[in-house]
Amino acid sequence: MTQEFALETRGLTKEFRGFTAVDDVNLQVQEGHIHALIGPNGAGKTTVFNLLTKFLPPTRGEILYRGKAITGMKANEIARMGLVRSFQISAVFGHMTALENVRVALQRPMGTSFHFWKSERSLEPLNERAVALLDEVGLSDYADVLTVEMPYGRKRALEVATTLAMEPTLMLLDEPTQGMGAEDVDRIVELIRRVAKGRTVLMVEHNLSVVSRLCDRITVLARGSVLAEGDYESVSSDPRVKEAYMGSEVAEEEAGA
Amino acid sequence: MATTQTLTPAMERARRASQRRNLFYLALLAVGLVAPFLAYPVFLMKVLCFALFACAFNLLLGYAGLLSFGHAAFLATGGYVTGFLLSSYPALTPEMGILTGTAAAVALGAVFGVLAIRRQGIYFAMVTLALAQLMFFVFIQAPFTGGEDGLHGVPRGELFGLFDLDSNLAMYYFVFAVFLIGFAIIQRAVHSPYGQVLKAIRENEPRAVSLGYNVDAYKLLAFVLSAGLAGLAGSTKTVVFQLASLTDAHWHMSGEVILMTLLGGVGTLFGPLVGAGLVVSLQHMLAQSPLGNWVSPILGLIFVICVLSFRSGIVGEALKIVRKNFK
Repeated sequence: MTQEFALETRGLTKEFRGFTAVDDVNLQVQEGHIHALIGPNGAGKTTVFNLLTKFLPPTRGEILYRGKAITGMKANEIARMGLVRSFQISAVFGHMTALENVRVALQRPMGTSFHFWKSERSLEPLNERAVALLDEVGLSDYADVLTVEMPYGRKRALEVATTLAMEPTLMLLDEPTQGMGAEDVDRIVELIRRVAKGRTVLMVEHNLSVVSRLCDRITVLARGSVLAEGDYESVSSDPRVKEAYMGSEVAEEEAGA
Repeated sequence: MATTQTLTPAMERARRASQRRNLFYLALLAVGLVAPFLAYPVFLMKVLCFALFACAFNLLLGYAGLLSFGHAAFLATGGYVTGFLLSSYPALTPEMGILTGTAAAVALGAVFGVLAIRRQGIYFAMVTLALAQLMFFVFIQAPFTGGEDGLHGVPRGELFGLFDLDSNLAMYYFVFAVFLIGFAIIQRAVHSPYGQVLKAIRENEPRAVSLGYNVDAYKLLAFVLSAGLAGLAGSTKTVVFQLASLTDAHWHMSGEVILMTLLGGVGTLFGPLVGAGLVVSLQHMLAQSPLGNWVSPILGLIFVICVLSFRSGIVGEALKIVRKNFK
Protein backbone atom coordinates (compact mmCIF):
# COMPACT_ATOMS: atom_id res chain seq x y z
CA MET A 1 0.00 0.00 0.00
CA THR A 2 1.54 3.26 -1.06
CA GLN A 3 -1.16 5.72 -0.05
CA GLU A 4 -0.18 7.93 2.84
CA PHE A 5 -2.76 8.40 5.54
CA ALA A 6 -3.01 11.23 8.02
CA LEU A 7 -3.03 8.59 10.69
CA GLU A 8 -2.60 4.88 10.44
CA THR A 9 -2.23 2.05 12.91
CA ARG A 10 -0.88 -1.39 12.17
CA GLY A 11 -1.72 -4.24 14.50
CA LEU A 12 -2.23 -1.88 17.42
CA THR A 13 -2.68 -3.90 20.60
CA LYS A 14 -2.94 -3.00 24.27
CA GLU A 15 -3.03 -5.55 27.04
CA PHE A 16 -3.66 -4.82 30.70
CA ARG A 17 -2.51 -7.71 32.84
CA GLY A 18 -3.75 -10.36 30.42
CA PHE A 19 -6.91 -8.46 29.45
CA THR A 20 -6.74 -7.34 25.83
CA ALA A 21 -8.44 -3.94 25.67
CA VAL A 22 -7.39 -3.23 22.11
CA ASP A 23 -6.77 -6.16 19.81
CA ASP A 24 -4.91 -5.85 16.53
CA VAL A 25 -6.55 -2.64 15.34
CA ASN A 26 -5.70 -1.42 11.84
CA LEU A 27 -7.07 2.06 11.47
CA GLN A 28 -6.63 4.35 8.51
CA VAL A 29 -7.68 7.96 8.67
CA GLN A 30 -7.61 9.76 5.35
CA GLU A 31 -6.25 13.25 5.00
CA GLY A 32 -9.07 15.80 5.17
CA HIS A 33 -11.67 13.41 6.57
CA ILE A 34 -13.74 13.68 9.68
CA HIS A 35 -13.41 10.17 10.95
CA ALA A 36 -15.45 8.77 13.82
CA LEU A 37 -14.56 5.99 16.17
CA ILE A 38 -17.73 4.52 17.64
CA GLY A 39 -18.73 1.42 19.51
CA PRO A 40 -20.66 0.22 22.54
CA ASN A 41 -19.39 0.93 26.05
CA GLY A 42 -16.22 -0.92 26.84
CA ALA A 43 -15.31 -1.38 23.18
CA GLY A 44 -11.90 0.17 23.75
CA LYS A 45 -12.51 3.55 22.10
CA THR A 46 -10.92 5.59 24.82
CA THR A 47 -7.98 3.18 25.08
CA VAL A 48 -7.36 3.49 21.32
CA PHE A 49 -7.61 7.23 21.71
CA ASN A 50 -5.07 7.27 24.52
CA LEU A 51 -2.75 5.04 22.50
CA LEU A 52 -2.96 7.34 19.48
CA THR A 53 -2.21 10.39 21.59
CA LYS A 54 0.63 8.64 23.42
CA PHE A 55 -0.98 8.93 26.81
CA LEU A 56 -0.65 5.13 26.96
CA PRO A 57 2.16 3.01 25.51
CA PRO A 58 0.95 0.22 23.21
CA THR A 59 1.83 -3.40 23.93
CA ARG A 60 2.34 -4.10 20.24
CA GLY A 61 1.80 -2.47 16.91
CA GLU A 62 2.69 0.68 15.11
CA ILE A 63 1.25 4.16 14.79
CA LEU A 64 2.07 6.26 11.73
CA TYR A 65 1.37 9.93 11.33
CA ARG A 66 1.61 10.94 7.66
CA GLY A 67 3.68 7.86 7.01
CA LYS A 68 6.10 8.56 9.83
CA ALA A 69 6.28 6.18 12.79
CA ILE A 70 5.36 7.95 16.01
CA THR A 71 4.99 4.82 18.13
CA GLY A 72 7.91 5.64 20.41
CA MET A 73 7.33 9.36 20.76
CA LYS A 74 6.09 11.24 23.80
CA ALA A 75 2.70 12.92 24.11
CA ASN A 76 4.13 16.42 24.13
CA GLU A 77 6.32 15.68 21.10
CA ILE A 78 3.49 14.59 18.83
CA ALA A 79 1.53 17.67 19.92
CA ARG A 80 4.34 19.80 18.52
CA MET A 81 4.04 17.92 15.22
CA GLY A 82 0.43 19.07 14.89
CA LEU A 83 -1.36 16.06 16.29
CA VAL A 84 -3.42 17.65 19.06
CA ARG A 85 -6.03 16.02 21.27
CA SER A 86 -8.95 17.20 23.32
CA PHE A 87 -10.30 15.53 26.43
CA GLN A 88 -13.54 13.89 27.46
CA ILE A 89 -14.04 16.17 30.41
CA SER A 90 -13.51 19.72 29.29
CA ALA A 91 -9.83 20.39 29.70
CA VAL A 92 -9.30 24.03 30.41
CA PHE A 93 -7.07 25.91 32.83
CA GLY A 94 -9.70 26.91 35.38
CA HIS A 95 -8.02 29.77 37.21
CA MET A 96 -6.83 31.50 34.09
CA THR A 97 -8.90 33.73 31.82
CA ALA A 98 -10.11 32.47 28.45
CA LEU A 99 -7.50 34.67 26.81
CA GLU A 100 -4.71 33.25 28.97
CA ASN A 101 -5.91 29.71 28.18
CA VAL A 102 -5.40 30.29 24.48
CA ARG A 103 -2.21 32.24 25.01
CA VAL A 104 -0.55 29.35 26.86
CA ALA A 105 -0.96 27.32 23.67
CA LEU A 106 0.45 30.17 21.59
CA GLN A 107 3.44 31.04 23.73
CA ARG A 108 5.52 27.87 23.40
CA PRO A 109 6.86 28.67 19.90
CA MET A 110 8.13 32.01 21.30
CA GLY A 111 10.78 29.98 23.09
CA THR A 112 10.56 31.98 26.30
CA SER A 113 8.50 29.52 28.29
CA PHE A 114 11.37 28.77 30.67
CA HIS A 115 12.20 32.46 31.12
CA PHE A 116 11.21 33.00 34.72
CA TRP A 117 12.95 36.36 34.84
CA LYS A 118 10.84 37.99 32.11
CA SER A 119 7.63 39.88 32.70
CA GLU A 120 4.44 38.24 31.52
CA ARG A 121 3.85 41.45 29.62
CA SER A 122 6.30 40.04 27.09
CA LEU A 123 3.39 37.77 26.10
CA GLU A 124 1.09 40.65 25.19
CA PRO A 125 2.00 40.58 21.47
CA LEU A 126 0.17 37.24 21.41
CA ASN A 127 -3.08 38.75 22.64
CA GLU A 128 -4.26 39.78 19.21
CA ARG A 129 -3.97 36.26 17.84
CA ALA A 130 -5.58 34.86 20.98
CA VAL A 131 -8.56 37.19 20.67
CA ALA A 132 -8.93 36.23 17.00
CA LEU A 133 -9.04 32.57 17.98
CA LEU A 134 -11.62 33.25 20.66
CA ASP A 135 -13.61 35.13 18.05
CA GLU A 136 -13.49 32.12 15.77
CA VAL A 137 -15.32 29.98 18.32
CA GLY A 138 -17.69 32.76 19.37
CA LEU A 139 -16.05 33.54 22.70
CA SER A 140 -14.78 37.08 22.21
CA ASP A 141 -17.03 38.30 25.04
CA TYR A 142 -15.39 35.86 27.40
CA ALA A 143 -11.77 36.89 26.85
CA ASP A 144 -11.34 38.28 30.36
CA VAL A 145 -13.56 35.81 32.18
CA LEU A 146 -11.97 33.28 34.48
CA THR A 147 -12.59 29.91 32.91
CA VAL A 148 -14.10 28.35 36.04
CA GLU A 149 -16.91 30.88 35.75
CA MET A 150 -17.83 29.90 32.18
CA PRO A 151 -20.75 27.59 31.32
CA TYR A 152 -19.88 24.05 30.27
CA GLY A 153 -20.61 24.43 26.56
CA ARG A 154 -18.41 27.52 26.42
CA LYS A 155 -15.57 25.69 28.11
CA ARG A 156 -15.68 23.10 25.35
CA ALA A 157 -15.59 25.84 22.75
CA LEU A 158 -12.62 27.37 24.56
CA GLU A 159 -10.92 24.01 24.41
CA VAL A 160 -11.38 24.01 20.65
CA ALA A 161 -9.90 27.51 20.43
CA THR A 162 -6.90 26.39 22.49
CA THR A 163 -6.47 23.35 20.26
CA LEU A 164 -6.66 25.56 17.16
CA ALA A 165 -3.92 27.72 18.59
CA MET A 166 -1.61 24.75 18.13
CA GLU A 167 -2.34 24.90 14.39
CA PRO A 168 -3.09 21.20 14.32
CA THR A 169 -3.13 19.25 11.10
CA LEU A 170 -4.86 16.40 12.86
CA MET A 171 -7.31 16.98 15.69
CA LEU A 172 -8.28 14.13 17.96
CA LEU A 173 -11.52 14.89 19.78
CA ASP A 174 -12.58 12.71 22.68
CA GLU A 175 -16.39 12.80 22.89
CA PRO A 176 -16.71 16.50 22.09
CA THR A 177 -20.46 16.66 22.80
CA GLN A 178 -20.50 14.59 25.95
CA GLY A 179 -22.67 15.96 28.72
CA MET A 180 -24.13 18.77 26.64
CA GLY A 181 -27.67 19.98 26.11
CA ALA A 182 -29.16 19.89 22.61
CA GLU A 183 -28.44 23.56 21.91
CA ASP A 184 -24.78 23.25 22.85
CA VAL A 185 -24.48 20.07 20.78
CA ASP A 186 -25.67 21.92 17.67
CA ARG A 187 -23.22 24.71 18.32
CA ILE A 188 -20.30 22.32 18.74
CA VAL A 189 -21.25 20.33 15.63
CA GLU A 190 -21.22 23.54 13.62
CA LEU A 191 -17.93 24.52 15.19
CA ILE A 192 -16.28 21.19 14.40
CA ARG A 193 -17.55 21.37 10.83
CA ARG A 194 -16.06 24.83 10.50
CA VAL A 195 -12.66 24.15 12.04
CA ALA A 196 -12.32 20.81 10.25
CA LYS A 197 -11.87 22.60 6.92
CA GLY A 198 -8.36 21.96 5.73
CA ARG A 199 -7.70 19.57 8.61
CA THR A 200 -8.18 15.97 9.51
CA VAL A 201 -10.33 15.09 12.51
CA LEU A 202 -10.62 11.82 14.35
CA MET A 203 -13.30 11.80 16.99
CA VAL A 204 -14.65 9.36 19.52
CA GLU A 205 -18.36 10.03 19.81
CA HIS A 206 -21.32 8.41 21.49
CA ASN A 207 -24.01 10.57 19.95
CA LEU A 208 -24.87 8.88 16.64
CA SER A 209 -26.79 11.84 15.28
CA VAL A 210 -23.63 13.91 15.64
CA VAL A 211 -21.68 11.20 13.84
CA SER A 212 -24.20 10.97 11.00
CA ARG A 213 -24.21 14.72 10.51
CA LEU A 214 -20.45 15.23 10.60
CA CYS A 215 -18.41 12.25 9.65
CA ASP A 216 -17.10 11.05 6.31
CA ARG A 217 -16.01 7.71 7.57
CA ILE A 218 -16.77 5.60 10.60
CA THR A 219 -14.92 2.81 12.30
CA VAL A 220 -16.92 0.64 14.66
CA LEU A 221 -15.06 -0.98 17.51
CA ALA A 222 -16.39 -3.87 19.56
CA ARG A 223 -14.49 -5.77 22.23
CA GLY A 224 -11.27 -4.13 21.24
CA SER A 225 -11.35 -5.03 17.54
CA VAL A 226 -12.57 -3.31 14.42
CA LEU A 227 -16.03 -4.63 13.64
CA ALA A 228 -16.88 -2.58 10.56
CA GLU A 229 -15.74 0.44 8.64
CA GLY A 230 -17.37 2.65 6.03
CA ASP A 231 -19.66 5.66 5.66
CA TYR A 232 -22.65 6.12 7.91
CA GLU A 233 -25.16 4.36 5.61
CA SER A 234 -23.12 1.22 5.11
CA VAL A 235 -22.08 0.99 8.73
CA SER A 236 -25.54 1.61 10.15
CA SER A 237 -27.06 -1.06 7.91
CA ASP A 238 -24.39 -3.62 8.74
CA PRO A 239 -26.11 -6.45 10.65
CA ARG A 240 -23.04 -7.12 12.80
CA VAL A 241 -22.97 -3.51 13.92
CA LYS A 242 -26.67 -3.61 14.70
CA GLU A 243 -26.18 -6.72 16.73
CA ALA A 244 -23.22 -5.36 18.70
CA TYR A 245 -24.86 -2.01 19.21
CA MET A 246 -28.52 -2.81 19.72
CA GLY A 247 -28.60 -3.50 23.42
CA SER A 248 -26.51 -0.61 24.57
CA GLU A 249 -27.79 1.92 22.02
CA VAL A 250 -31.43 1.31 22.87
CA ALA A 251 -30.63 1.50 26.54
CA GLU A 252 -28.78 4.75 26.05
CA GLU A 253 -31.55 6.35 24.05
CA GLU A 254 -34.04 5.39 26.70
CA ALA A 255 -31.79 6.95 29.28
CA GLY A 256 -32.06 10.17 27.30
CA ALA A 257 -28.54 10.29 25.91
CA MET B 1 0.11 56.41 23.90
CA ALA B 2 -0.79 54.40 20.84
CA THR B 3 -0.64 51.09 22.69
CA THR B 4 -3.37 51.96 25.17
CA GLN B 5 -6.00 51.49 22.48
CA THR B 6 -5.33 47.79 22.19
CA LEU B 7 -5.66 47.23 25.93
CA THR B 8 -8.47 44.90 26.92
CA PRO B 9 -10.40 45.76 30.11
CA ALA B 10 -8.65 42.90 31.87
CA MET B 11 -5.26 44.30 30.99
CA GLU B 12 -6.29 47.69 32.25
CA ARG B 13 -7.51 46.09 35.44
CA ALA B 14 -4.25 44.21 35.70
CA ARG B 15 -2.31 47.44 35.24
CA ARG B 16 -4.32 49.14 37.95
CA ALA B 17 -3.89 46.15 40.23
CA SER B 18 -0.15 46.24 39.67
CA GLN B 19 -0.12 49.95 40.53
CA ARG B 20 -1.95 49.19 43.74
CA ARG B 21 0.48 46.35 44.38
CA ASN B 22 3.43 48.67 43.90
CA LEU B 23 1.98 51.09 46.45
CA PHE B 24 1.55 48.21 48.86
CA TYR B 25 5.14 47.14 48.28
CA LEU B 26 6.36 50.66 49.02
CA ALA B 27 4.45 50.68 52.30
CA LEU B 28 5.91 47.32 53.20
CA LEU B 29 9.38 48.49 52.30
CA ALA B 30 8.95 51.44 54.65
CA VAL B 31 7.82 49.12 57.45
CA GLY B 32 10.83 46.90 56.82
CA LEU B 33 13.18 49.85 56.99
CA VAL B 34 11.93 51.24 60.31
CA ALA B 35 11.19 47.86 61.92
CA PRO B 36 14.59 47.35 63.62
CA PHE B 37 13.96 50.53 65.62
CA LEU B 38 10.62 49.21 66.87
CA ALA B 39 11.44 45.55 67.52
CA TYR B 40 14.42 43.40 68.41
CA PRO B 41 16.48 43.06 65.17
CA VAL B 42 17.58 39.47 65.82
CA PHE B 43 13.96 38.41 66.17
CA LEU B 44 13.08 40.26 62.93
CA MET B 45 15.96 38.59 61.14
CA LYS B 46 14.71 35.20 62.26
CA VAL B 47 11.25 36.04 60.91
CA LEU B 48 12.71 37.18 57.57
CA CYS B 49 14.84 34.06 57.16
CA PHE B 50 11.90 31.77 57.83
CA ALA B 51 9.66 33.95 55.67
CA LEU B 52 12.04 33.50 52.76
CA PHE B 53 12.14 29.78 53.46
CA ALA B 54 8.33 29.63 53.45
CA CYS B 55 8.12 31.77 50.30
CA ALA B 56 10.46 29.33 48.54
CA PHE B 57 8.33 26.42 49.69
CA ASN B 58 5.20 28.24 48.55
CA LEU B 59 6.62 28.67 45.06
CA LEU B 60 6.62 24.90 44.78
CA LEU B 61 3.35 24.05 46.54
CA GLY B 62 1.29 27.08 45.64
CA TYR B 63 2.38 27.66 42.07
CA ALA B 64 3.57 24.26 40.87
CA GLY B 65 1.21 22.17 43.01
CA LEU B 66 4.06 20.02 44.34
CA LEU B 67 4.09 19.17 48.04
CA SER B 68 7.66 18.61 49.15
CA PHE B 69 8.18 17.06 52.54
CA GLY B 70 11.93 17.44 52.42
CA HIS B 71 12.65 21.13 52.24
CA ALA B 72 14.64 21.06 55.46
CA ALA B 73 17.44 19.42 53.45
CA PHE B 74 17.89 22.57 51.37
CA LEU B 75 17.72 24.92 54.34
CA ALA B 76 20.32 22.81 56.13
CA THR B 77 22.56 22.38 53.10
CA GLY B 78 22.71 26.13 52.59
CA GLY B 79 23.40 26.61 56.29
CA TYR B 80 26.11 23.96 56.66
CA VAL B 81 27.99 24.85 53.49
CA THR B 82 28.00 28.54 54.37
CA GLY B 83 28.86 27.84 57.99
CA PHE B 84 31.72 25.52 57.10
CA LEU B 85 33.20 27.89 54.52
CA LEU B 86 33.01 31.00 56.69
CA SER B 87 34.48 29.15 59.70
CA SER B 88 37.32 27.54 57.73
CA TYR B 89 38.29 30.41 55.45
CA PRO B 90 38.25 33.68 57.41
CA ALA B 91 39.21 35.58 54.27
CA LEU B 92 35.92 34.68 52.68
CA THR B 93 33.32 37.47 52.77
CA PRO B 94 29.81 36.55 54.01
CA GLU B 95 28.10 37.17 50.67
CA MET B 96 30.48 34.70 49.00
CA GLY B 97 29.70 32.15 51.70
CA ILE B 98 25.98 32.68 51.20
CA LEU B 99 26.21 32.42 47.42
CA THR B 100 28.15 29.16 47.67
CA GLY B 101 25.65 27.75 50.16
CA THR B 102 22.83 28.71 47.82
CA ALA B 103 24.59 27.09 44.87
CA ALA B 104 25.00 23.89 46.89
CA ALA B 105 21.25 23.89 47.61
CA VAL B 106 20.54 24.43 43.91
CA ALA B 107 22.70 21.43 43.03
CA LEU B 108 21.05 19.27 45.68
CA GLY B 109 17.65 20.50 44.45
CA ALA B 110 18.48 19.37 40.93
CA VAL B 111 19.35 15.87 42.20
CA PHE B 112 16.26 15.61 44.44
CA GLY B 113 14.10 17.06 41.70
CA VAL B 114 15.19 14.64 39.00
CA LEU B 115 14.46 11.74 41.34
CA ALA B 116 11.19 13.03 42.79
CA ILE B 117 9.23 14.66 39.96
CA ARG B 118 8.67 11.35 38.23
CA ARG B 119 6.17 10.62 40.97
CA GLN B 120 3.02 12.49 41.82
CA GLY B 121 1.03 13.46 44.90
CA ILE B 122 1.78 11.55 48.05
CA TYR B 123 4.55 9.55 46.35
CA PHE B 124 6.33 12.75 45.44
CA ALA B 125 6.10 13.89 49.07
CA MET B 126 7.42 10.52 50.29
CA VAL B 127 10.39 10.55 47.92
CA THR B 128 11.37 14.05 49.06
CA LEU B 129 10.99 13.01 52.71
CA ALA B 130 13.16 9.94 52.19
CA LEU B 131 15.87 11.94 50.44
CA ALA B 132 15.81 14.59 53.16
CA GLN B 133 16.18 11.91 55.85
CA LEU B 134 19.14 10.59 53.91
CA MET B 135 20.69 14.05 54.04
CA PHE B 136 19.96 14.26 57.77
CA PHE B 137 22.14 11.23 58.38
CA VAL B 138 24.79 12.58 56.03
CA PHE B 139 24.89 15.73 58.16
CA ILE B 140 25.28 13.68 61.36
CA GLN B 141 28.17 11.67 59.92
CA ALA B 142 29.97 14.12 57.66
CA PRO B 143 33.21 15.54 59.07
CA PHE B 144 32.49 19.19 58.23
CA THR B 145 29.13 19.58 60.02
CA GLY B 146 30.20 19.13 63.62
CA GLY B 147 27.83 16.15 63.93
CA GLU B 148 25.42 16.40 66.88
CA ASP B 149 27.01 19.66 68.04
CA GLY B 150 26.68 21.52 64.77
CA LEU B 151 28.80 24.47 63.78
CA HIS B 152 29.15 27.27 66.34
CA GLY B 153 30.72 30.68 66.25
CA VAL B 154 30.50 31.13 62.52
CA PRO B 155 31.96 34.61 61.95
CA ARG B 156 29.58 37.14 60.44
CA GLY B 157 32.50 38.90 58.80
CA GLU B 158 32.38 42.02 56.70
CA LEU B 159 29.95 42.34 53.82
CA PHE B 160 31.86 42.90 50.56
CA GLY B 161 34.82 43.36 52.92
CA LEU B 162 33.39 46.79 53.78
CA PHE B 163 30.49 46.63 56.23
CA ASP B 164 30.98 44.99 59.58
CA LEU B 165 28.00 42.71 60.15
CA ASP B 166 28.68 42.31 63.87
CA SER B 167 26.33 45.22 64.35
CA ASN B 168 22.81 43.83 64.47
CA LEU B 169 21.45 46.82 62.64
CA ALA B 170 23.81 46.36 59.68
CA MET B 171 23.09 42.65 59.75
CA TYR B 172 19.35 43.34 59.73
CA TYR B 173 19.49 45.54 56.65
CA PHE B 174 21.53 42.93 54.85
CA VAL B 175 19.01 40.21 55.71
CA PHE B 176 16.18 42.49 54.66
CA ALA B 177 17.88 43.03 51.30
CA VAL B 178 18.37 39.27 50.84
CA PHE B 179 14.73 38.71 51.63
CA LEU B 180 13.65 41.36 49.12
CA ILE B 181 15.81 39.84 46.40
CA GLY B 182 14.40 36.36 47.07
CA PHE B 183 10.88 37.71 47.19
CA ALA B 184 11.37 39.64 43.94
CA ILE B 185 12.65 36.52 42.18
CA ILE B 186 9.56 34.58 43.25
CA GLN B 187 7.21 37.43 42.37
CA ARG B 188 8.74 37.71 38.92
CA ALA B 189 8.80 33.96 38.31
CA VAL B 190 5.11 33.74 39.15
CA HIS B 191 4.28 36.56 36.73
CA SER B 192 6.52 35.45 33.87
CA PRO B 193 5.98 33.44 30.70
CA TYR B 194 7.31 30.53 32.72
CA GLY B 195 4.79 31.27 35.48
CA GLN B 196 1.95 31.02 32.97
CA VAL B 197 3.03 27.54 31.91
CA LEU B 198 3.52 26.50 35.53
CA LYS B 199 0.00 27.67 36.32
CA ALA B 200 -1.37 25.76 33.34
CA ILE B 201 0.39 22.60 34.52
CA ARG B 202 -1.02 23.02 38.02
CA GLU B 203 -4.53 23.56 36.63
CA ASN B 204 -4.56 20.67 34.18
CA GLU B 205 -1.42 18.67 33.59
CA PRO B 206 -2.64 16.36 30.76
CA ARG B 207 -3.87 19.37 28.86
CA ALA B 208 -0.51 21.10 29.24
CA VAL B 209 1.11 17.94 27.83
CA SER B 210 -1.28 17.98 24.89
CA LEU B 211 -0.22 21.55 24.17
CA GLY B 212 3.32 20.30 23.64
CA TYR B 213 4.86 21.12 27.02
CA ASN B 214 7.38 18.81 28.58
CA VAL B 215 5.84 19.25 32.02
CA ASP B 216 8.57 17.44 33.96
CA ALA B 217 11.15 19.99 32.85
CA TYR B 218 8.96 22.86 34.07
CA LYS B 219 8.36 21.16 37.39
CA LEU B 220 12.08 20.51 37.76
CA LEU B 221 12.87 24.18 37.26
CA ALA B 222 10.29 25.11 39.93
CA PHE B 223 11.86 22.56 42.26
CA VAL B 224 15.39 23.85 41.69
CA LEU B 225 14.33 27.49 42.13
CA SER B 226 12.52 26.61 45.32
CA ALA B 227 15.48 24.59 46.65
CA GLY B 228 17.89 27.40 45.83
CA LEU B 229 15.82 30.01 47.63
CA ALA B 230 15.41 27.69 50.62
CA GLY B 231 19.19 27.33 50.61
CA LEU B 232 19.56 31.10 50.45
CA ALA B 233 17.34 31.35 53.54
CA GLY B 234 19.43 28.71 55.35
CA SER B 235 22.74 30.33 54.43
CA THR B 236 21.57 33.74 55.59
CA LYS B 237 20.21 32.28 58.81
CA THR B 238 23.58 30.70 59.55
CA VAL B 239 25.35 34.05 59.17
CA VAL B 240 22.78 35.76 61.40
CA PHE B 241 22.88 33.24 64.24
CA GLN B 242 26.49 32.19 63.60
CA LEU B 243 25.23 28.67 63.89
CA ALA B 244 24.34 25.67 61.74
CA SER B 245 22.73 22.73 63.46
CA LEU B 246 20.78 19.53 62.91
CA THR B 247 17.55 21.33 63.87
CA ASP B 248 17.49 22.77 60.36
CA ALA B 249 17.89 19.34 58.78
CA HIS B 250 15.31 17.56 60.91
CA TRP B 251 12.00 16.57 59.32
CA HIS B 252 10.27 18.79 61.90
CA MET B 253 11.62 21.69 59.91
CA SER B 254 10.06 20.35 56.71
CA GLY B 255 6.76 20.15 58.57
CA GLU B 256 7.12 23.59 60.08
CA VAL B 257 7.49 25.25 56.71
CA ILE B 258 4.31 23.51 55.52
CA LEU B 259 2.55 24.86 58.60
CA MET B 260 3.80 28.40 58.01
CA THR B 261 2.74 28.34 54.37
CA LEU B 262 -0.70 26.85 54.94
CA LEU B 263 -1.39 29.08 57.92
CA GLY B 264 -0.49 32.22 56.01
CA GLY B 265 -2.13 31.15 52.77
CA VAL B 266 -0.73 28.84 50.14
CA GLY B 267 -0.52 30.25 46.62
CA THR B 268 -0.57 33.86 47.86
CA LEU B 269 2.57 35.96 47.67
CA PHE B 270 2.37 37.31 51.21
CA GLY B 271 0.85 34.30 52.94
CA PRO B 272 4.19 32.65 53.75
CA LEU B 273 5.52 35.92 55.18
CA VAL B 274 2.51 36.25 57.49
CA GLY B 275 2.61 32.55 58.38
CA ALA B 276 6.32 32.62 59.17
CA GLY B 277 5.89 35.77 61.26
CA LEU B 278 3.08 34.20 63.22
CA VAL B 279 4.79 30.86 63.87
CA VAL B 280 8.12 32.41 64.84
CA SER B 281 6.36 34.92 67.14
CA LEU B 282 4.34 32.17 68.78
CA GLN B 283 7.43 30.04 69.36
CA HIS B 284 9.19 33.08 70.79
CA MET B 285 6.35 34.03 73.13
CA LEU B 286 5.54 30.49 74.23
CA ALA B 287 9.17 29.74 74.95
CA GLN B 288 9.21 32.56 77.49
CA SER B 289 5.87 31.66 79.07
CA PRO B 290 5.03 28.77 81.45
CA LEU B 291 3.65 26.95 78.39
CA GLY B 292 7.18 26.55 77.04
CA ASN B 293 6.97 22.77 76.78
CA TRP B 294 3.68 22.96 74.91
CA VAL B 295 4.90 24.70 71.75
CA SER B 296 4.39 21.68 69.48
CA PRO B 297 0.88 20.75 70.65
CA ILE B 298 -0.24 24.38 70.46
CA LEU B 299 1.13 24.78 66.92
CA GLY B 300 -0.49 21.48 66.01
CA LEU B 301 -3.82 22.66 67.36
CA ILE B 302 -3.56 25.89 65.38
CA PHE B 303 -2.77 23.85 62.30
CA VAL B 304 -5.87 21.70 62.80
CA ILE B 305 -8.06 24.77 63.28
CA CYS B 306 -6.57 26.35 60.16
CA VAL B 307 -7.19 23.30 57.99
CA LEU B 308 -10.71 22.82 59.31
CA SER B 309 -11.99 26.37 59.31
CA PHE B 310 -9.94 28.64 57.06
CA ARG B 311 -8.36 26.51 54.42
CA SER B 312 -6.98 29.28 52.26
CA GLY B 313 -4.98 30.62 55.19
CA ILE B 314 -4.96 34.08 56.73
CA VAL B 315 -3.97 36.01 53.61
CA GLY B 316 -6.11 33.79 51.39
CA GLU B 317 -9.21 34.45 53.49
CA ALA B 318 -8.43 38.16 53.70
CA LEU B 319 -8.12 38.33 49.91
CA LYS B 320 -11.50 36.62 49.56
CA ILE B 321 -13.11 39.27 51.79
CA VAL B 322 -11.41 42.08 49.91
CA ARG B 323 -12.49 40.68 46.53
CA LYS B 324 -16.07 40.26 47.71
CA ASN B 325 -16.39 43.79 49.06
CA PHE B 326 -14.32 45.82 46.61
CA LYS B 327 -15.19 44.33 43.27
